[in-house]
Amino acid sequence: MTAVDNSPRTVVNSYTAGKLPRWMPGVTLAIALLVSLGAFWLMSMADGGEFNWILATIVGAVLFVAANWFIARLVEGGRQAVNRLVTSLVIAAFVLALIPLVWLTLTVVVNGTPTLMNGTFLTSSMRNVVGAGGGALHAIVGTLLITGLAAVISIPVGLMTAVYLVEYGTGKMARAITFLVDVMTGIPSIVAGLATYALFALFFGEGVRMGFAGSVALSILMIPVVVRSSEEIMRLVPNELREASYALGVPKWRTITKVVLPTSVAGITTGVMLSIARVIGETAPLLIVAGFTASMNYNPFSERMMSLPVFVYTQYVSPGTDAQAYFDRAWAGALTLILIVALLNAIARIVSHYFSPKLGR
Amino acid sequence: MTAAPARITAKRRLGDTLFSGAALAAGGFILLVLAGVAIFLIAQSIPAFLIDPAEIKGQPDSFWQYVGPLVFGTVWAAALALLIAVPIALGIALFISHYAPRRLAQGLGYTIDLLAAVPSVVYGLWGAGVLAPSIQPAYVWLVDNLGWIPLFAPPVSGTGRTILTVAIVLAVMILPIITALSREVFLQTPKLHEEAALALGATRWEMIRMAVLPFGRPGVISAIMLGLGRALGETMAVAMVLSPAAVISIVLTGPQNPTTIPANIALNYPEAHGSYVNVLIATGLILFVITFAVNSAARWAIARRKDFSGAN
Repeated sequence: MTAVDNSPRTVVNSYTAGKLPRWMPGVTLAIALLVSLGAFWLMSMADGGEFNWILATIVGAVLFVAANWFIARLVEGGRQAVNRLVTSLVIAAFVLALIPLVWLTLTVVVNGTPTLMNGTFLTSSMRNVVGAGGGALHAIVGTLLITGLAAVISIPVGLMTAVYLVEYGTGKMARAITFLVDVMTGIPSIVAGLATYALFALFFGEGVRMGFAGSVALSILMIPVVVRSSEEIMRLVPNELREASYALGVPKWRTITKVVLPTSVAGITTGVMLSIARVIGETAPLLIVAGFTASMNYNPFSERMMSLPVFVYTQYVSPGTDAQAYFDRAWAGALTLILIVALLNAIARIVSHYFSPKLGR
Repeated sequence: MTAAPARITAKRRLGDTLFSGAALAAGGFILLVLAGVAIFLIAQSIPAFLIDPAEIKGQPDSFWQYVGPLVFGTVWAAALALLIAVPIALGIALFISHYAPRRLAQGLGYTIDLLAAVPSVVYGLWGAGVLAPSIQPAYVWLVDNLGWIPLFAPPVSGTGRTILTVAIVLAVMILPIITALSREVFLQTPKLHEEAALALGATRWEMIRMAVLPFGRPGVISAIMLGLGRALGETMAVAMVLSPAAVISIVLTGPQNPTTIPANIALNYPEAHGSYVNVLIATGLILFVITFAVNSAARWAIARRKDFSGAN
């Protein structure tokens, strides 16, 4: 006969026993940062040096990761400790990636804004300008012309290829095109520039430089992006829509132009905008085939043509006597470029948000 | 038994013929472009192998002696960039797919994608003008304290414009592509695998190690290869940040750094003339072959995987 012990036991909650409370990491982080900042502050007081808060924060973060792991190891055991360690490392990786993004954006805005707003930057070219003053109007016009022409070449070709892949393509040809489009996405931009130069040198002789050649080089980079994005969007068009159209006796090409393309136009526009945003910042191919100049050139079919990325590059690598003026213009050019890219991205997001078809969900 | 009815065929319309013809032509045009890129590069490269090496900048003994340091520099810089970028990119991908609060995850993904929207010339400007001077004191410390490691052998670079700075900038540039692809693959891990691991008492990290990482491995490998392809071909950031020399050296922090093929082309092309242009185009051809191989391998890995998982 066994005595059943019915007296109430005062056990701790078995679900939380042996676990650290939820607020523990936060407190550990605060203590680690305080200790580190305090130590560095004392050290800077002691030898009169500068207070290095960046290094102090880094040391504090490392201290936290170590302490968090050690405490968890003592209380919760090895497996939980490793879990906490990995969690801290994963979050640290994300924070680490934000540093260059914030740092770069801040630097470009701070360094670029004064020159961008000085009145001459957006209204004049660099012709006969030595030192301060001058502007990037010739580069902005060149960028718009070259990228515009590249879009004129790439959008029809890219769109029709996507139509082929989605509506017509079967078998080896379609698979080959899909594979090569993917590979084309990875062509280094400078190789596209060299190949275009080689093509134009056949017709116009050695040393050819013209804006249109830049457009062709950019098209090589732009077409695959247009194909990929349009293809993905057109595959989302429900087959019921096509079948309804066929059932009414509409020929295939009318179905594509009147049903498939209008349904996917928002997504296609987004893709095209993003592809323009991608190529508008390309420097290397334009440096090779479009060259650089200080003067205005409205004709993309003759002579050198400046573009914004090349403007930034040349201002930075070959400063004149008043180097600071050249660097200022480079930063202002970079800011202009980022603003254009940001604008294109914003338009793309807005278009896709408001005009994408509501697919019955 | 009646005879099988004659197969009804649609009337051939002119519009259909034209439209499908145009679509096929556009597809064929892409094949043509890629073939054209290869053919023009090869045609313009041939003279480079025949000329007197003395015409090449720096008077090397042969074409291959000129190319050697460039190929080494290209691969070395890209490898360093991968070494920095891959752990961070995988961390970010895991953070967005398995750690961040559901509501925030997509927005955080966009934030990382913003890194891809910055033009490369702006990265170059930032790397050379801001990052290099800021990081130079760290190099001084490394060389003073760890100079016995061959990677940090003295003397230290006075400007900070070394191959390590280049690798950091390249790593930032290839982060978004590796992150985006890995994130997609991690999100496709079957929920049941994850829940089974958690139900057996695995911690979150053990669940990731047992369910997510093995499932995502092929996708991650191809993402890394695509990042490698991007790093190999990146031009302006390297051209602007690095202070180049025609050497083969593994020192990360010194003043003598091997340069990369694309940066070398960008720096020398505007002033090049005569057969030196052909030499530069020939180096471009070598770069094209390397990146083509890397990208094809990556795409092949993705395509092979697509058949059974739907991931790409």
